[in-house]
Amino acid sequence: MPNDSLAQKILTLADDSFILGHRNSEWAGHAPILEEDIAFANLALDELGHAHLWYELYQELTGVEPDRVVFFRDANEWRNTQFVELPKGDWAFSMTRQYLFDLYENVLLEKLVNSTNERVRGIATKIRAEEIYHLRHTSNWVKRLGLGTDESHARMQNALNELWASALQLFVPLENETELIDANIFPDLKTLRDEWQDKTVSHLSASGLIVPRVLEPRAISRAQHTEHLAELLNDMSSVARLEKFGVEW
Amino acid sequence: MVKEANDVMTFDVSLIWDALDEVMDPEIPVVSMVEMGIVRDVKIENDAVIVSMTPTFAGCPALDVMRNAIVEKLHAIGIENVQVKTVLSPPWTSDWISEAARAKLKTFGLAPPPMHGGNIALYFDEPVACPYCNSTNTRVTNTFGPTLCRAIYFCRNCHQPFEQFKAL
Repeated sequence: MPNDSLAQKILTLADDSFILGHRNSEWAGHAPILEEDIAFANLALDELGHAHLWYELYQELTGVEPDRVVFFRDANEWRNTQFVELPKGDWAFSMTRQYLFDLYENVLLEKLVNSTNERVRGIATKIRAEEIYHLRHTSNWVKRLGLGTDESHARMQNALNELWASALQLFVPLENETELIDANIFPDLKTLRDEWQDKTVSHLSASGLIVPRVLEPRAISRAQHTEHLAELLNDMSSVARLEKFGVEW
Repeated sequence: MVKEANDVMTFDVSLIWDALDEVMDPEIPVVSMVEMGIVRDVKIENDAVIVSMTPTFAGCPALDVMRNAIVEKLHAIGIENVQVKTVLSPPWTSDWISEAARAKLKTFGLAPPPMHGGNIALYFDEPVACPYCNSTNTRVTNTFGPTLCRAIYFCRNCHQPFEQFKAL
């Protein structure tokens, strides 16, 4: 069984959720209204929870503990997309990113609940029920802001223009991904991208927003990152790195 | 390796369940983790008691507290070797919350989740009854609340904000 390619793939799922969760947590205390402060804290915690489930599976496949993976890797060892590591920007930017990601997870999980790998199937089924709340929340807000005031519309359109090419990186397969597709463990990202694109374009258009005519992802390799990831990791892991032998909280 | 049978073998599994039924949900102290459907299974193997539990929401920060509470409780009734396993499949659903627990949630000011049979989205727009006055003249103010498992509502009838345990 292609265990190594499976582990690499699982790591990408974990890292994407983890870094996005961290970015969302940066809204705590800063969101434009109290309700959204609470909502983004929830979204952040959910994503960290989902990342944790994938990191546990990664540990089963490789023996490497989640704490070690999260706190003691340097930026070039992370396998998240640049899409999730970009700074949180304004609230329209974070909302648009979360929406695009939620829809990606929505189409992906719909397939993963039928994976031939029992553990992948179990985790996907667990996460999927929670994700229903995310997509409902973010798609409502995309519409509200897209069709809202001139300013909210302009900010949403700017966010979309900036994010679209980066979002496409979510659909770039890993080197040995065909092994996983052949074994029906993971779906083909090409098909997934079409489905995602149909759904996003239809909702974004109904929200008065124009999807940029870009077909190429801004980045290809998940080993290459913007300078923002190192900053984030530095911020996130500084305490853990001070006390390498474990802190009792 | 075969281990000698010892005292733990004399424990009736139903007594262990009774003890666990006294371990309260740390975030909703009126209901037990058994009533919430969080404790899934209790097994006696050799000299150990193995408790399987499942998280409600994956990111629930109370998981460790729950795990420790289970261990402490079983230690207190004289079981030394306690192992708590986390299981994911089948995933926890709010449909597992017992009838008795639903009534207790209301006394705590939490509207119980609808029985959804696996289709949460169908119930999104269903009216939610206020746990204080039972009026369904209520509105959701936030689908995300102070914990992952709660949404925030307002009752237009008795002018009381309240929370709902979310359907999952």
